[in-house]
Amino acid sequence: MKVRLKSQKIRLSALGDCAIEVFVGFPSEDGVIERVQVLTLALKKQNVNWLLDIVPAYGTVAVFYDPIRIPSVLENSYDWLCAWIKEIALNAGVLARRTPTVSKKRKPVEIPVCYDKSLGEDLERVAAKAKLSLQAYIKLHSSTTYRVQAVGFAPGFPYLAGLSPKLSAPRLETPRERVPAGSVGIGGSQTGIYPFSTPGGWNLIGQTPLRLFDLNQTPPALLAVGDEVIFRPISKEEFLAWK
Amino acid sequence: MEMKLHKAGVLTTVQDLGRYGHRSSGVPVCGPMDTIALRIANLLVGNPEGCACLEITLVGPEIEFSTDKVIAVCGAKLSGVEMNRPLSVKAGEKIKLGSCISGSRAYLAISGGITTEPVLGSQSTYLRGHFGGLEGRALKDGDVLNIGKGLSLKKDVARFYISGSPLSQYSGALTLRVIEGAHMAEFSAGFFTQSYKVSVSSDRMGLRLMGKPLKRKVATDIVSRAVVCGTIQVPADGQPIMLMADAQTLGGYPQIAHVCSVDLPLAGQLKANDVVEFSLITANDAQELLKKREAHMALIRTGIKHYFQSE
Repeated sequence: MKVRLKSQKIRLSALGDCAIEVFVGFPSEDGVIERVQVLTLALKKQNVNWLLDIVPAYGTVAVFYDPIRIPSVLENSYDWLCAWIKEIALNAGVLARRTPTVSKKRKPVEIPVCYDKSLGEDLERVAAKAKLSLQAYIKLHSSTTYRVQAVGFAPGFPYLAGLSPKLSAPRLETPRERVPAGSVGIGGSQTGIYPFSTPGGWNLIGQTPLRLFDLNQTPPALLAVGDEVIFRPISKEEFLAWK
Repeated sequence: MEMKLHKAGVLTTVQDLGRYGHRSSGVPVCGPMDTIALRIANLLVGNPEGCACLEITLVGPEIEFSTDKVIAVCGAKLSGVEMNRPLSVKAGEKIKLGSCISGSRAYLAISGGITTEPVLGSQSTYLRGHFGGLEGRALKDGDVLNIGKGLSLKKDVARFYISGSPLSQYSGALTLRVIEGAHMAEFSAGFFTQSYKVSVSSDRMGLRLMGKPLKRKVATDIVSRAVVCGTIQVPADGQPIMLMADAQTLGGYPQIAHVCSVDLPLAGQLKANDVVEFSLITANDAQELLKKREAHMALIRTGIKHYFQSE
Protein backbone atom coordinates (compact mmCIF):
# COMPACT_ATOMS: atom_id res chain seq x y z
CA MET A 1 0.00 0.00 0.00
CA LYS A 2 1.28 3.41 -0.91
CA VAL A 3 1.66 5.93 1.84
CA ARG A 4 0.53 9.37 0.77
CA LEU A 5 2.95 11.98 1.98
CA LYS A 6 1.31 15.08 3.25
CA SER A 7 3.33 18.03 2.02
CA GLN A 8 4.37 20.86 4.27
CA LYS A 9 3.05 24.32 3.55
CA ILE A 10 4.93 27.58 3.39
CA ARG A 11 3.31 31.00 3.49
CA LEU A 12 4.65 33.97 1.57
CA SER A 13 3.93 37.62 2.23
CA ALA A 14 5.27 40.99 1.07
CA LEU A 15 7.82 42.59 3.38
CA GLY A 16 7.73 46.05 1.85
CA ASP A 17 8.19 46.33 -1.93
CA CYS A 18 11.70 44.83 -2.13
CA ALA A 19 11.44 41.70 0.03
CA ILE A 20 9.28 38.66 0.60
CA GLU A 21 8.95 36.84 3.89
CA VAL A 22 8.58 33.07 3.74
CA PHE A 23 6.92 31.60 6.81
CA VAL A 24 8.11 28.01 7.12
CA GLY A 25 6.65 27.13 10.51
CA PHE A 26 6.69 28.01 14.18
CA PRO A 27 10.16 27.77 15.68
CA SER A 28 8.95 25.23 18.24
CA GLU A 29 7.78 22.76 15.57
CA ASP A 30 9.92 19.73 14.76
CA GLY A 31 12.09 20.10 11.69
CA VAL A 32 11.32 23.77 11.10
CA ILE A 33 14.91 24.90 11.60
CA GLU A 34 16.14 22.26 9.12
CA ARG A 35 13.59 23.46 6.58
CA VAL A 36 14.67 27.05 7.15
CA GLN A 37 18.33 26.02 6.71
CA VAL A 38 17.65 24.02 3.54
CA LEU A 39 15.59 26.84 1.99
CA THR A 40 18.28 29.39 2.89
CA LEU A 41 21.04 27.28 1.31
CA ALA A 42 18.97 26.57 -1.82
CA LEU A 43 18.23 30.29 -2.28
CA LYS A 44 21.85 31.28 -1.66
CA LYS A 45 22.90 28.91 -4.44
CA GLN A 46 20.82 30.81 -7.02
CA ASN A 47 23.24 32.86 -9.02
CA VAL A 48 21.06 35.82 -9.98
CA ASN A 49 22.00 39.48 -9.70
CA TRP A 50 18.59 40.64 -8.47
CA LEU A 51 18.68 38.55 -5.30
CA LEU A 52 20.23 40.83 -2.69
CA ASP A 53 20.02 39.08 0.68
CA ILE A 54 18.59 35.95 2.31
CA VAL A 55 17.81 36.32 6.01
CA PRO A 56 16.68 33.30 8.05
CA ALA A 57 15.26 34.00 11.50
CA TYR A 58 13.30 31.58 13.67
CA GLY A 59 10.70 29.96 11.39
CA THR A 60 11.01 32.49 8.57
CA VAL A 61 13.29 33.27 5.64
CA ALA A 62 13.27 36.80 4.20
CA VAL A 63 14.24 37.14 0.55
CA PHE A 64 15.48 40.61 -0.47
CA TYR A 65 15.34 41.43 -4.17
CA ASP A 66 15.65 44.29 -6.61
CA PRO A 67 12.26 44.78 -8.33
CA ILE A 68 13.95 46.73 -11.13
CA ARG A 69 16.37 44.00 -12.16
CA ILE A 70 14.04 41.05 -11.61
CA PRO A 71 13.35 39.32 -14.96
CA SER A 72 9.63 39.05 -14.33
CA VAL A 73 7.62 37.94 -17.34
CA LEU A 74 4.48 38.91 -15.49
CA GLU A 75 3.19 42.43 -14.85
CA ASN A 76 3.44 41.60 -11.20
CA SER A 77 6.96 40.69 -10.12
CA TYR A 78 5.71 39.79 -6.64
CA ASP A 79 3.56 36.90 -7.93
CA TRP A 80 6.37 35.79 -10.21
CA LEU A 81 8.86 35.75 -7.34
CA CYS A 82 6.46 33.87 -5.05
CA ALA A 83 6.15 31.13 -7.67
CA TRP A 84 9.93 31.11 -8.13
CA ILE A 85 10.56 30.69 -4.38
CA LYS A 86 7.93 27.95 -4.07
CA GLU A 87 9.57 26.02 -6.88
CA ILE A 88 12.98 26.23 -5.20
CA ALA A 89 11.44 25.16 -1.89
CA LEU A 90 9.78 22.18 -3.57
CA ASN A 91 12.97 21.06 -5.34
CA ALA A 92 15.07 21.44 -2.19
CA GLY A 93 12.75 19.19 -0.22
CA VAL A 94 11.51 21.97 2.06
CA LEU A 95 7.91 20.98 1.35
CA ALA A 96 8.44 17.23 1.83
CA ARG A 97 6.81 15.53 4.76
CA ARG A 98 10.06 14.16 6.05
CA THR A 99 12.50 16.62 7.59
CA PRO A 100 14.99 17.43 4.83
CA THR A 101 18.67 16.65 5.31
CA VAL A 102 20.94 19.66 5.59
CA SER A 103 23.79 19.15 3.14
CA LYS A 104 26.25 21.53 4.76
CA LYS A 105 25.63 20.49 8.34
CA ARG A 106 28.49 21.53 10.57
CA LYS A 107 29.81 19.91 13.70
CA PRO A 108 28.64 21.61 16.87
CA VAL A 109 30.65 24.75 17.51
CA GLU A 110 32.39 24.73 20.88
CA ILE A 111 32.40 28.05 22.71
CA PRO A 112 34.78 28.31 25.69
CA VAL A 113 33.17 30.34 28.46
CA CYS A 114 34.60 31.60 31.72
CA TYR A 115 31.68 31.54 34.15
CA ASP A 116 33.19 33.85 36.72
CA LYS A 117 31.25 36.49 38.61
CA SER A 118 33.82 39.10 37.61
CA LEU A 119 32.94 38.38 33.96
CA GLY A 120 29.26 37.61 34.47
CA GLU A 121 27.79 40.23 36.75
CA ASP A 122 24.40 38.55 37.08
CA LEU A 123 25.61 34.95 37.60
CA GLU A 124 25.12 34.86 41.37
CA ARG A 125 21.72 36.53 41.22
CA VAL A 126 20.23 34.30 38.48
CA ALA A 127 21.68 31.15 40.12
CA ALA A 128 20.11 32.12 43.46
CA LYS A 129 16.81 32.84 41.73
CA ALA A 130 16.96 29.39 40.06
CA LYS A 131 17.72 27.91 43.50
CA LEU A 132 20.91 26.36 42.17
CA SER A 133 24.49 26.47 43.38
CA LEU A 134 26.91 28.24 41.03
CA GLN A 135 28.42 24.89 40.06
CA ALA A 136 25.02 23.36 39.32
CA TYR A 137 23.99 26.43 37.33
CA ILE A 138 27.18 26.35 35.24
CA LYS A 139 26.91 22.59 34.75
CA LEU A 140 23.35 22.90 33.47
CA HIS A 141 24.17 25.78 31.12
CA SER A 142 27.20 23.97 29.68
CA SER A 143 25.70 20.51 29.29
CA THR A 144 23.11 21.34 26.66
CA THR A 145 23.50 21.47 22.90
CA TYR A 146 21.96 24.71 21.69
CA ARG A 147 20.68 25.65 18.28
CA VAL A 148 21.14 29.01 16.55
CA GLN A 149 17.66 30.31 15.71
CA ALA A 150 18.65 33.70 14.35
CA VAL A 151 21.64 36.02 13.99
CA GLY A 152 20.95 39.71 14.43
CA PHE A 153 20.44 42.53 16.95
CA ALA A 154 24.14 43.28 16.37
CA PRO A 155 26.47 41.78 13.73
CA GLY A 156 27.16 38.15 14.70
CA PHE A 157 24.82 38.02 17.74
CA PRO A 158 23.36 34.47 17.93
CA TYR A 159 19.96 33.77 19.48
CA LEU A 160 20.27 30.26 20.94
CA ALA A 161 17.37 27.92 21.70
CA GLY A 162 17.58 24.94 24.02
CA LEU A 163 18.05 26.64 27.37
CA SER A 164 16.88 24.56 30.31
CA PRO A 165 13.63 26.13 31.58
CA LYS A 166 15.24 26.17 35.04
CA LEU A 167 17.76 28.73 33.80
CA SER A 168 15.41 31.16 32.11
CA ALA A 169 15.43 34.66 33.59
CA PRO A 170 13.55 37.80 32.53
CA ARG A 171 15.51 40.54 30.77
CA LEU A 172 16.70 43.44 32.90
CA GLU A 173 14.13 46.16 33.40
CA THR A 174 16.69 48.77 32.51
CA PRO A 175 19.23 47.60 29.94
CA ARG A 176 22.91 48.19 30.71
CA GLU A 177 24.49 50.96 28.71
CA ARG A 178 27.52 48.83 28.03
CA VAL A 179 27.84 45.05 27.94
CA PRO A 180 31.43 43.82 27.43
CA ALA A 181 32.18 42.04 24.12
CA GLY A 182 32.01 38.24 24.45
CA SER A 183 29.46 38.33 27.29
CA VAL A 184 27.19 35.29 27.49
CA GLY A 185 23.69 36.24 28.52
CA ILE A 186 20.27 34.89 29.37
CA GLY A 187 17.26 36.72 27.92
CA GLY A 188 14.00 35.04 28.88
CA SER A 189 14.11 31.48 27.56
CA GLN A 190 17.05 32.16 25.25
CA THR A 191 20.77 32.42 25.68
CA GLY A 192 23.13 34.42 23.47
CA ILE A 193 26.53 36.02 23.12
CA TYR A 194 27.31 39.72 22.62
CA PRO A 195 29.94 40.00 19.85
CA PHE A 196 30.55 43.70 20.50
CA SER A 197 30.42 45.99 23.44
CA THR A 198 26.88 47.32 23.09
CA PRO A 199 23.96 48.33 25.28
CA GLY A 200 22.02 45.22 26.32
CA GLY A 201 19.34 43.91 28.63
CA TRP A 202 20.25 40.23 29.06
CA ASN A 203 21.49 38.71 32.34
CA LEU A 204 25.25 38.22 32.08
CA ILE A 205 26.63 34.89 33.32
CA GLY A 206 30.10 34.68 31.78
CA GLN A 207 32.36 35.64 28.91
CA THR A 208 33.96 33.93 25.94
CA PRO A 209 37.39 34.93 24.62
CA LEU A 210 36.26 33.87 21.11
CA ARG A 211 35.47 36.46 18.46
CA LEU A 212 31.95 36.00 17.21
CA PHE A 213 32.29 38.52 14.43
CA ASP A 214 35.50 38.90 12.46
CA LEU A 215 35.69 41.01 9.31
CA ASN A 216 38.61 38.89 8.07
CA GLN A 217 36.49 35.73 7.98
CA THR A 218 33.95 34.66 5.34
CA PRO A 219 31.23 34.84 6.47
CA PRO A 220 32.20 37.32 9.19
CA ALA A 221 29.79 35.82 11.74
CA LEU A 222 31.12 32.73 13.52
CA LEU A 223 27.63 31.24 13.83
CA ALA A 224 24.81 30.82 11.33
CA VAL A 225 21.16 29.81 11.72
CA GLY A 226 20.87 26.06 12.33
CA ASP A 227 24.37 25.68 13.83
CA GLU A 228 24.66 23.67 17.04
CA VAL A 229 26.55 25.25 19.91
CA ILE A 230 28.06 23.86 23.10
CA PHE A 231 29.58 25.89 25.89
CA ARG A 232 32.76 24.58 27.55
CA PRO A 233 33.60 26.07 30.95
CA ILE A 234 37.14 27.44 31.23
CA SER A 235 39.02 28.93 34.17
CA LYS A 236 39.83 32.60 34.46
CA GLU A 237 43.51 31.79 33.83
CA GLU A 238 42.60 30.05 30.56
CA PHE A 239 40.34 32.95 29.65
CA LEU A 240 43.10 35.50 30.21
CA ALA A 241 45.68 33.36 28.40
CA TRP A 242 43.33 33.13 25.40
CA LYS A 243 42.95 36.87 25.23
CA MET B 1 45.02 62.64 -5.01
CA GLU B 2 43.33 63.60 -1.82
CA MET B 3 40.94 65.92 -0.09
CA LYS B 4 41.38 67.48 3.31
CA LEU B 5 38.53 68.35 5.62
CA HIS B 6 39.55 71.50 7.46
CA LYS B 7 36.18 71.35 9.19
CA ALA B 8 34.21 68.12 9.16
CA GLY B 9 30.68 69.40 9.90
CA VAL B 10 28.23 67.94 12.43
CA LEU B 11 27.99 64.36 11.14
CA THR B 12 29.78 63.69 7.87
CA THR B 13 30.32 60.08 6.78
CA VAL B 14 31.56 58.20 3.71
CA GLN B 15 28.68 56.32 2.04
CA ASP B 16 28.23 54.33 -1.14
CA LEU B 17 25.03 52.47 -2.06
CA GLY B 18 25.36 50.08 0.88
CA ARG B 19 26.45 46.66 2.02
CA TYR B 20 24.37 43.80 0.66
CA GLY B 21 24.62 40.04 1.15
CA HIS B 22 25.56 40.11 4.84
CA ARG B 23 22.23 40.61 6.57
CA SER B 24 22.25 36.93 7.56
CA SER B 25 25.36 37.72 9.64
CA GLY B 26 23.45 40.57 11.27
CA VAL B 27 25.23 43.27 9.24
CA PRO B 28 22.99 46.23 8.32
CA VAL B 29 22.97 47.67 4.80
CA CYS B 30 23.92 51.26 5.73
CA GLY B 31 24.43 53.47 2.66
CA PRO B 32 22.85 56.88 2.02
CA MET B 33 19.65 58.02 3.71
CA ASP B 34 18.77 59.64 0.35
CA THR B 35 19.94 57.21 -2.34
CA ILE B 36 18.64 59.30 -5.25
CA ALA B 37 20.65 62.38 -4.25
CA LEU B 38 23.84 60.28 -3.96
CA ARG B 39 23.25 58.63 -7.33
CA ILE B 40 22.58 61.89 -9.18
CA ALA B 41 25.54 63.64 -7.53
CA ASN B 42 27.77 60.86 -8.85
CA LEU B 43 26.33 61.06 -12.37
CA LEU B 44 26.91 64.83 -12.41
CA VAL B 45 30.66 64.36 -11.92
CA GLY B 46 30.94 61.52 -14.43
CA ASN B 47 31.17 58.73 -11.82
CA PRO B 48 29.32 55.41 -11.77
CA GLU B 49 26.16 55.94 -9.68
CA GLY B 50 27.38 53.98 -6.67
CA CYS B 51 30.74 55.71 -5.99
CA ALA B 52 31.49 56.62 -2.40
CA CYS B 53 30.44 60.19 -1.52
CA LEU B 54 30.26 62.31 1.60
CA GLU B 55 26.93 62.28 3.39
CA ILE B 56 26.62 65.64 5.08
CA THR B 57 24.16 66.11 7.96
CA LEU B 58 22.73 69.59 8.67
CA VAL B 59 26.07 71.45 8.50
CA GLY B 60 28.57 71.11 5.68
CA PRO B 61 32.34 70.67 5.87
CA GLU B 62 35.14 72.92 4.69
CA ILE B 63 37.25 71.08 2.13
CA GLU B 64 40.43 71.51 0.11
CA PHE B 65 41.54 69.35 -2.81
CA SER B 66 45.12 68.54 -3.78
CA THR B 67 44.32 68.70 -7.52
CA ASP B 68 41.70 70.27 -9.78
CA LYS B 69 38.44 68.38 -9.40
CA VAL B 70 34.81 68.31 -10.47
CA ILE B 71 32.30 68.13 -7.63
CA ALA B 72 28.51 68.15 -7.28
CA VAL B 73 26.22 68.60 -4.30
CA CYS B 74 22.70 67.10 -4.27
CA GLY B 75 20.08 66.43 -1.63
CA ALA B 76 19.31 68.90 1.13
CA LYS B 77 19.83 72.49 -0.05
CA LEU B 78 23.03 73.87 1.46
CA SER B 79 23.71 77.57 1.78
CA GLY B 80 26.70 78.96 -0.09
CA VAL B 81 26.88 76.36 -2.85
CA GLU B 82 25.25 75.84 -6.24
CA MET B 83 23.25 72.64 -6.05
CA ASN B 84 22.59 69.88 -8.59
CA ARG B 85 25.28 70.76 -11.17
CA PRO B 86 28.91 69.91 -11.85
CA LEU B 87 31.31 72.49 -10.40
CA SER B 88 35.03 72.83 -11.10
CA VAL B 89 37.26 73.39 -8.13
CA LYS B 90 40.94 74.30 -8.24
CA ALA B 91 43.76 72.68 -6.32
CA GLY B 92 44.26 74.46 -3.02
CA GLU B 93 40.91 76.29 -3.19
CA LYS B 94 38.95 76.07 0.06
CA ILE B 95 35.32 75.02 -0.47
CA LYS B 96 32.97 75.91 2.33
CA LEU B 97 29.64 74.10 2.30
CA GLY B 98 27.03 75.86 4.44
CA SER B 99 24.06 74.65 6.47
CA CYS B 100 20.93 72.85 5.30
CA ILE B 101 18.20 75.27 4.28
CA SER B 102 15.70 72.48 3.53
CA GLY B 103 16.04 68.77 4.19
CA SER B 104 18.75 67.36 6.42
CA ARG B 105 21.26 65.43 4.31
CA ALA B 106 23.33 66.56 1.35
CA TYR B 107 25.70 64.47 -0.76
CA LEU B 108 29.02 65.65 -2.10
CA ALA B 109 30.30 63.64 -5.04
CA ILE B 110 33.86 64.10 -6.31
CA SER B 111 35.04 63.03 -9.77
CA GLY B 112 36.85 59.72 -9.25
CA GLY B 113 35.01 59.04 -5.99
CA ILE B 114 36.37 58.58 -2.47
CA THR B 115 38.66 55.54 -2.42
CA THR B 116 38.61 54.24 1.15
CA GLU B 117 39.04 50.46 1.51
CA PRO B 118 35.78 48.50 1.03
CA VAL B 119 34.70 46.34 3.99
CA LEU B 120 32.46 43.37 3.14
CA GLY B 121 32.08 44.78 -0.35
CA SER B 122 31.09 48.33 0.58
CA GLN B 123 32.71 51.61 1.63
CA SER B 124 29.64 52.70 3.61
CA THR B 125 30.34 53.78 7.17
CA TYR B 126 28.59 51.66 9.81
CA LEU B 127 28.85 53.89 12.87
CA ARG B 128 27.63 51.40 15.50
CA GLY B 129 29.75 48.55 14.11
CA HIS B 130 32.82 50.80 13.80
CA PHE B 131 33.70 49.67 10.29
CA GLY B 132 33.51 50.97 6.71
CA GLY B 133 34.24 54.51 5.53
CA LEU B 134 37.20 56.05 7.33
CA GLU B 135 37.99 53.86 10.37
CA GLY B 136 34.27 53.18 10.79
CA ARG B 137 33.59 56.62 12.21
CA ALA B 138 32.19 60.05 11.43
CA LEU B 139 34.80 62.32 9.88
CA LYS B 140 36.56 64.86 12.06
CA ASP B 141 38.45 68.11 11.50
CA GLY B 142 41.74 67.52 9.73
CA ASP B 143 40.85 64.15 8.18
CA VAL B 144 42.34 63.39 4.77
CA LEU B 145 40.57 61.11 2.26
CA ASN B 146 42.08 59.62 -0.87
CA ILE B 147 40.16 60.16 -4.09
CA GLY B 148 40.26 58.52 -7.50
CA LYS B 149 41.26 60.08 -10.82
CA GLY B 150 37.94 60.78 -12.56
CA LEU B 151 37.16 63.29 -15.26
CA SER B 152 38.10 66.94 -15.52
CA LEU B 153 36.00 69.65 -17.17
CA LYS B 154 37.43 71.89 -19.88
CA LYS B 155 35.23 74.76 -18.79
CA ASP B 156 34.82 76.04 -15.27
CA VAL B 157 31.17 75.24 -14.93
CA ALA B 158 29.06 72.81 -16.89
CA ARG B 159 26.21 74.39 -18.79
CA PHE B 160 23.49 72.27 -17.26
CA TYR B 161 21.86 71.35 -14.00
CA ILE B 162 19.25 68.87 -12.85
CA SER B 163 15.96 70.25 -11.67
CA GLY B 164 12.81 68.88 -10.14
CA SER B 165 11.82 65.23 -9.83
CA PRO B 166 13.27 62.75 -9.04
CA LEU B 167 15.32 65.08 -6.86
CA SER B 168 12.76 65.58 -4.16
CA GLN B 169 11.44 68.93 -3.08
CA TYR B 170 12.02 68.65 0.63
CA SER B 171 9.59 70.27 2.98
CA GLY B 172 9.06 70.04 6.69
CA ALA B 173 5.64 68.42 6.19
CA LEU B 174 5.09 65.48 3.93
CA THR B 175 3.03 62.38 3.26
CA LEU B 176 4.87 59.10 2.87
CA ARG B 177 3.28 56.22 1.02
CA VAL B 178 3.42 52.92 2.87
CA ILE B 179 2.66 49.25 2.26
CA GLU B 180 0.76 47.16 4.79
CA GLY B 181 2.91 45.46 7.43
CA ALA B 182 2.32 42.00 8.93
CA HIS B 183 0.60 43.38 12.04
CA MET B 184 -1.35 46.34 10.67
CA ALA B 185 -4.74 44.68 11.30
CA GLU B 186 -3.85 44.22 14.98
CA PHE B 187 -3.83 47.98 15.58
CA SER B 188 -6.86 50.15 16.19
CA ALA B 189 -7.25 53.09 13.80
CA GLY B 190 -5.06 56.14 14.15
CA PHE B 191 -1.96 55.56 12.07
CA PHE B 192 -3.40 57.08 8.89
CA THR B 193 -5.51 59.76 10.51
CA GLN B 194 -2.89 61.72 12.42
CA SER B 195 0.25 63.76 11.81
CA TYR B 196 3.43 62.59 13.49
CA LYS B 197 6.24 64.77 14.67
CA VAL B 198 9.82 63.53 14.18
CA SER B 199 11.58 63.22 17.54
CA VAL B 200 15.03 64.68 18.25
CA SER B 201 16.24 61.20 19.23
CA SER B 202 16.24 60.09 15.58
CA ASP B 203 19.33 59.04 13.69
CA ARG B 204 20.57 56.97 10.74
CA MET B 205 19.24 53.86 12.46
CA GLY B 206 15.68 55.06 12.81
CA LEU B 207 13.29 57.97 13.01
CA ARG B 208 11.22 58.08 16.17
CA LEU B 209 7.75 59.46 15.59
CA MET B 210 5.61 61.17 18.20
CA GLY B 211 1.83 61.17 18.09
CA LYS B 212 -1.28 59.85 19.76
CA PRO B 213 -0.23 56.34 20.95
CA LEU B 214 -1.44 53.45 18.79
CA LYS B 215 -3.21 50.60 20.57
CA ARG B 216 -2.55 47.00 19.65
CA LYS B 217 -5.72 44.93 20.06
CA VAL B 218 -3.91 41.66 20.77
CA ALA B 219 -1.17 40.95 23.28
CA THR B 220 0.63 38.04 21.61
CA ASP B 221 4.40 38.07 21.62
CA ILE B 222 6.16 38.70 18.34
CA VAL B 223 9.02 36.45 17.30
CA SER B 224 11.97 38.43 15.92
CA ARG B 225 11.95 38.53 12.15
CA ALA B 226 13.62 40.37 9.31
CA VAL B 227 12.98 44.08 8.86
CA VAL B 228 13.65 46.29 5.83
CA CYS B 229 14.79 49.86 5.46
CA GLY B 230 11.47 51.69 5.88
CA THR B 231 9.82 49.18 8.23
CA ILE B 232 7.66 50.99 10.78
CA GLN B 233 7.66 49.17 14.11
CA VAL B 234 5.37 49.98 17.01
CA PRO B 235 6.76 49.17 20.48
CA ALA B 236 4.54 48.87 23.54
CA ASP B 237 4.37 52.65 24.06
CA GLY B 238 2.47 52.98 20.77
CA GLN B 239 4.94 55.47 19.23
CA PRO B 240 6.14 54.26 15.80
CA ILE B 241 9.80 53.89 14.88
CA MET B 242 10.68 54.10 11.19
CA LEU B 243 13.79 52.01 10.53
CA MET B 244 16.35 53.66 8.26
CA ALA B 245 19.72 52.97 6.59
CA ASP B 246 21.66 51.72 9.65
CA ALA B 247 18.76 49.68 11.07
CA GLN B 248 19.48 46.32 12.66
CA THR B 249 18.56 43.28 10.51
CA LEU B 250 15.92 41.78 12.83
CA GLY B 251 13.11 43.34 14.80
CA GLY B 252 10.95 42.02 17.61
CA TYR B 253 8.22 44.68 17.59
CA PRO B 254 4.96 44.54 15.63
CA GLN B 255 5.34 45.85 12.08
CA ILE B 256 2.49 48.16 11.13
CA ALA B 257 3.78 49.22 7.70
CA HIS B 258 6.77 49.68 5.41
CA VAL B 259 7.58 52.97 3.67
CA CYS B 260 7.63 52.27 -0.06
CA SER B 261 11.08 52.38 -1.63
CA VAL B 262 10.30 55.29 -3.92
CA ASP B 263 9.55 57.51 -0.88
CA LEU B 264 12.54 56.42 1.25
CA PRO B 265 14.85 59.19 -0.05
CA LEU B 266 12.24 61.73 1.11
CA ALA B 267 12.00 60.05 4.51
CA GLY B 268 15.80 60.21 4.73
CA GLN B 269 15.59 64.01 4.56
CA LEU B 270 13.32 64.32 7.62
CA LYS B 271 14.73 66.05 10.67
CA ALA B 272 13.62 66.70 14.23
CA ASN B 273 10.23 68.44 14.52
CA ASP B 274 9.29 67.83 10.88
CA VAL B 275 5.73 66.58 10.42
CA VAL B 276 4.81 63.42 8.56
CA GLU B 277 1.60 61.63 7.57
CA PHE B 278 1.09 58.27 5.93
CA SER B 279 -1.10 56.94 3.12
CA LEU B 280 -1.57 53.31 2.13
CA ILE B 281 -0.79 51.86 -1.30
CA THR B 282 -0.29 48.29 -2.53
CA ALA B 283 3.14 46.67 -2.98
CA ASN B 284 2.32 46.38 -6.67
CA ASP B 285 1.65 50.11 -7.03
CA ALA B 286 4.83 50.81 -5.05
CA GLN B 287 6.87 48.80 -7.54
CA GLU B 288 5.23 50.60 -10.47
CA LEU B 289 6.22 53.95 -8.94
CA LEU B 290 9.75 52.64 -8.46
CA LYS B 291 9.94 51.53 -12.10
CA LYS B 292 8.77 54.99 -13.26
CA ARG B 293 11.43 56.67 -11.19
CA GLU B 294 14.12 54.34 -12.53
CA ALA B 295 13.00 55.18 -16.08
CA HIS B 296 13.48 58.85 -15.19
CA MET B 297 16.91 58.04 -13.73
CA ALA B 298 17.83 56.29 -16.99
CA LEU B 299 16.97 59.48 -18.92
CA ILE B 300 19.15 61.56 -16.64
CA ARG B 301 21.97 59.03 -16.95
CA THR B 302 21.80 59.10 -20.77
CA GLY B 303 21.54 62.88 -20.91
CA ILE B 304 24.56 63.45 -18.70
CA LYS B 305 26.64 60.84 -20.51
CA HIS B 306 25.83 62.54 -23.80
CA TYR B 307 26.89 65.90 -22.42
CA PHE B 308 30.24 64.62 -21.15
CA GLN B 309 30.96 62.86 -24.44
CA SER B 310 30.30 65.99 -26.44
CA GLU B 311 32.34 68.24 -24.14
